[in-house]
Amino acid sequence: MIRDITLGQYYPGSSPIHRLDARVKITATMLYIVELFVVNNFAGFLIAGIALFTVIGLSRVPLKFIFRGLSAVFIIIFFTLILNIFLTDGRVLWHWKFITITYEGLTRAVFMAVRLIMLIIGSSLLTLTTKPIELTDGLEKLMSPLSKIGVPSHEIALMMTIALRFIPTLMEETDKIIKAQQARGADFESGNIIQRAKSLIPILIPLFISSFRIAQELALAMEARCYHGGSGRTRMNEIHFHKGDAVAAVILVLFLTLIIASRRMGMPAIQ
Amino acid sequence: MSITVKNLRYIYNKEMPGETVALDDVSFEISDGSILGVIGHTGSGKSTLLQHLNGLLKPESGDVFIDDVCITDGKTELVEIRRRVGLVFQYPEYQLFEETVAKDVAFGPRNLGLDDEEIKRRVKHALEIVGLDYEDVKDNSPFEHSGGNKRKIAIAGVLAMEPKVLILDEPTAGLDPKAHREILAMVRRIHDSTGCIIIFVSHNMADIASMADKVIVLNAGRIVLEGTPAQVFSHGEELAAMGLDVPPAREMTDKLSRLIPGFTSEALSITQAADDIRNFISSDK
Repeated sequence: MIRDITLGQYYPGSSPIHRLDARVKITATMLYIVELFVVNNFAGFLIAGIALFTVIGLSRVPLKFIFRGLSAVFIIIFFTLILNIFLTDGRVLWHWKFITITYEGLTRAVFMAVRLIMLIIGSSLLTLTTKPIELTDGLEKLMSPLSKIGVPSHEIALMMTIALRFIPTLMEETDKIIKAQQARGADFESGNIIQRAKSLIPILIPLFISSFRIAQELALAMEARCYHGGSGRTRMNEIHFHKGDAVAAVILVLFLTLIIASRRMGMPAIQ
Repeated sequence: MSITVKNLRYIYNKEMPGETVALDDVSFEISDGSILGVIGHTGSGKSTLLQHLNGLLKPESGDVFIDDVCITDGKTELVEIRRRVGLVFQYPEYQLFEETVAKDVAFGPRNLGLDDEEIKRRVKHALEIVGLDYEDVKDNSPFEHSGGNKRKIAIAGVLAMEPKVLILDEPTAGLDPKAHREILAMVRRIHDSTGCIIIFVSHNMADIASMADKVIVLNAGRIVLEGTPAQVFSHGEELAAMGLDVPPAREMTDKLSRLIPGFTSEALSITQAADDIRNFISSDK
């Protein structure tokens, strides 16, 4: 059950998207997320959608794998949909007792849902096609100008590397503990919400203890290998900006222009 | 009481990158009161197999029967299965979580819905079988105990469910020689006092040879050797090819029999090897 979460997972491959410079991918993803909120009509969503599916196609990550990540956030999307449909004022389309559905509510709900879905797919595409190490290296490089004004970019990147590196480890650990407690007859699936919350204690306490143990061991292992922070540290694989990355950057700029232009297209607008 | 495993097949990461067949056509049988030793190198499917025996994993195909009850058909209540089959994972001390030893050991029986009287009796009994004094330890925090004792407490937590089948996955891993001996003695004691079926996974061939009535050898998800310890450990070269070993005593007698014409021994323990050598020397004279 815990393995169904694809958010933050890497899908091994050697597609053009996989080979792109992590810096380009991070910038592209961030811009894409901003653009999703710039978009205000269906034409814009169409462009954003086509762009998204082109990238998915190029990345050769199976669709099934991408959509599996969505199921984890389905409830959030569902509630956004419901709240927007029923709580927006405007032209009434349908009315029954205290329930009112308006034209504005419906379009806004659909917009928000599509926006959320594309946002999640877009950002999970980044982690699916970029190795965690490349991702954090890219982030560190992107943030390095900020270190001049005192932002600890290396430390932030290191924290992210460790966090990403230990997601699978902790998941495995959790899985093991869940199974061990299940073998002792623990039941996590039935009962009311309070009973269920209580049934998590036999998982959480061993998990905390394990995490502290792992953290301590990691710190010792790093010190044993003379880790002394970011200054003067070299790396084994320097990241380089290739021709393909330049092409991607140009496409990104074009896409950005197109999205901004789409705001002026004569389509139903909202907000 | 018996366990029958029929044509078990299990696939990890099905339809995902890294799909692997973890178990392939695994069948075996264990009858009442015996100790089954399971050996195989890391990743050979041992742990996967064990998890099928109490319903933690569902097989791709194949069946597991505990007595006549099929636990893989999806109809049997999981609590029922776990009442019968107790599984002690590797490093079970990492599953401890309660404030006191007594409460932690009581977690399993409590999940079975027993009354307080019965729970207390079982906790006391389980702690005594693993070799701890109930009155001494019951109000301690499980975390203030030594590694070996923590493991005993964790094993007591499974024993308190009074299973008919007890599965121990590498119960001696990472323990010092004293705790190692104590755990083996404890397994013996559990077997003698409860008469349950014990399934014992270990990388220590001497332990397997001394404990098990029957041994199965797993390699790449398949059972490649099966039989009594004497039968299995007569395949020294095959075992070595799979990254496994024979007990040290046997390793020595095998070398001796290659060096000294006429000497043969099927020793699995040091005392047996010593006897065989003594007999050979006295018959040589």
